[in-house]
Amino acid sequence: MDTTQEIIDAKGFARTVTRLSHEIIERNKGAETIGIVGIRTRGDYLARRISHAILDSEKVAVPFGTLDITLYRDDLRGRLSQPRLKTTDILYDITGKNIILVDDVLFTGRTIRSALNALMDLGRPASIQLAVFVDRGHRELPIKADFVGKNIPTSSDQEISVLMTETDGQDAVLLITHIQEGEVR
Amino acid sequence: MKLASRHLLGLDGVSHQDIELILDTAVSFKEILNRPIKKVPPLQGKTIVNLFFENSTRTRISFELAQRRLSADVVNFAASGSSVTKGETLKDTARNIEAMKIDMVVIRHASAGAAHFLTQVVKANVINAGDGCHEHPTQGLLDMYTLREKFGSLKGLRVCIVGDILNSRVARSNIFGLQTMGAEVSVCGPSTLMPREIERLGVKVYHHLDDVLPHVDAVNVLRIQLERAAAGLFPSLREYHRFFGVTSERLAKVNRPIAVLHPGPINRDVELSADVADGPHSLILEQVLNGVAVRMAVLYLLGLSE
Repeated sequence: MDTTQEIIDAKGFARTVTRLSHEIIERNKGAETIGIVGIRTRGDYLARRISHAILDSEKVAVPFGTLDITLYRDDLRGRLSQPRLKTTDILYDITGKNIILVDDVLFTGRTIRSALNALMDLGRPASIQLAVFVDRGHRELPIKADFVGKNIPTSSDQEISVLMTETDGQDAVLLITHIQEGEVR
Repeated sequence: MKLASRHLLGLDGVSHQDIELILDTAVSFKEILNRPIKKVPPLQGKTIVNLFFENSTRTRISFELAQRRLSADVVNFAASGSSVTKGETLKDTARNIEAMKIDMVVIRHASAGAAHFLTQVVKANVINAGDGCHEHPTQGLLDMYTLREKFGSLKGLRVCIVGDILNSRVARSNIFGLQTMGAEVSVCGPSTLMPREIERLGVKVYHHLDDVLPHVDAVNVLRIQLERAAAGLFPSLREYHRFFGVTSERLAKVNRPIAVLHPGPINRDVELSADVADGPHSLILEQVLNGVAVRMAVLYLLGLSE
């Protein structure tokens, strides 16, 4: 038996994207120096939303790209099934830019470590700032987000699921709790 | 996602799904080849030996680049000047190399079945880089990748392989792979260089280039080994060029562009006239670049299979 709790609904989702985009602009004193990179798959869509929100408020089209971190994962070996390799699609030079790295959920920090290595192989950005939609804790590496949509402290039997219209038909953040058979809660 | 086999010995029997997985994976690697830093870490700590018992420049360099760009450690072995000239057997050579903790072996050998034999005696993943007149699967894959990139899909694509079909491992790998992917394959060459009963592989056989050119989207022109003329299989290189050379005059007779592939190295003005090789419909240099991407895909997919 699993229980599902909706933490953020569609309206809250849109507000959070807007707030994140404002925080990013504020920190970087405008949008002229920044480039956005989303981590496939949902970070990619989230990054697109944020860049649209920046375009709306600042009237600046921020360069946008997507990053596939598969080749940089630390768990590539010893998996029964290999993750399907997708393409990194960053058509601008990241060197000298303030790169906003976007992902949906910040958990162990291992994905971000991979993404940092992948980005460094593409150039030398002026800075890399991390924006995540949900920070659920349980870090295994010394990594911290610069912009957080929502902090949701979780336990290890819980799961955060960020749903997006592009892939799931709706915008929402769900907290799923796995309850073992016979366990009293 | 995972390949069905932990070796790549040929394209005969490799499924549609697996070929598609390799070609799709290669798309991602081609993007890496266009970066300023053309190196990614997935095969870090893996050691690969390139066992080349036959001369090769392009294939060996292509494999080595692919391996290095995946961060693997590479050992090269050429038969000349090695223990092979002292009479060591393939089995002993392979087992001795494996004793040094090798993860993958890429082998080229003059005997058909050499790669298959290796899989029986070593534990490493084996990739066939050409075995006799049998198969050269990575060449077949890179030809297919190049065609797919150019035409969008291999399904229904009409491809003619021109030249020495009898002695060509490239022809065999192309026939098997292209047919699996739904392409329509024909072959064209002098009857002395055409294997008997080749029709049984499901290919149409032509002996005149002008008969087949109006019916194809692409020609894959094979290299004529110059010593074949000496063996009396055709009278002279000049005559071969006259009857089977792919020339701009011949291609011009067909009122639409035909893509031209060649596995290299080219004998200019024998199987392919120089203006076609350098012409706008030649995909030859694309093939070379794609070769590295496709080999990276194969090494990556096999190297991480447990």
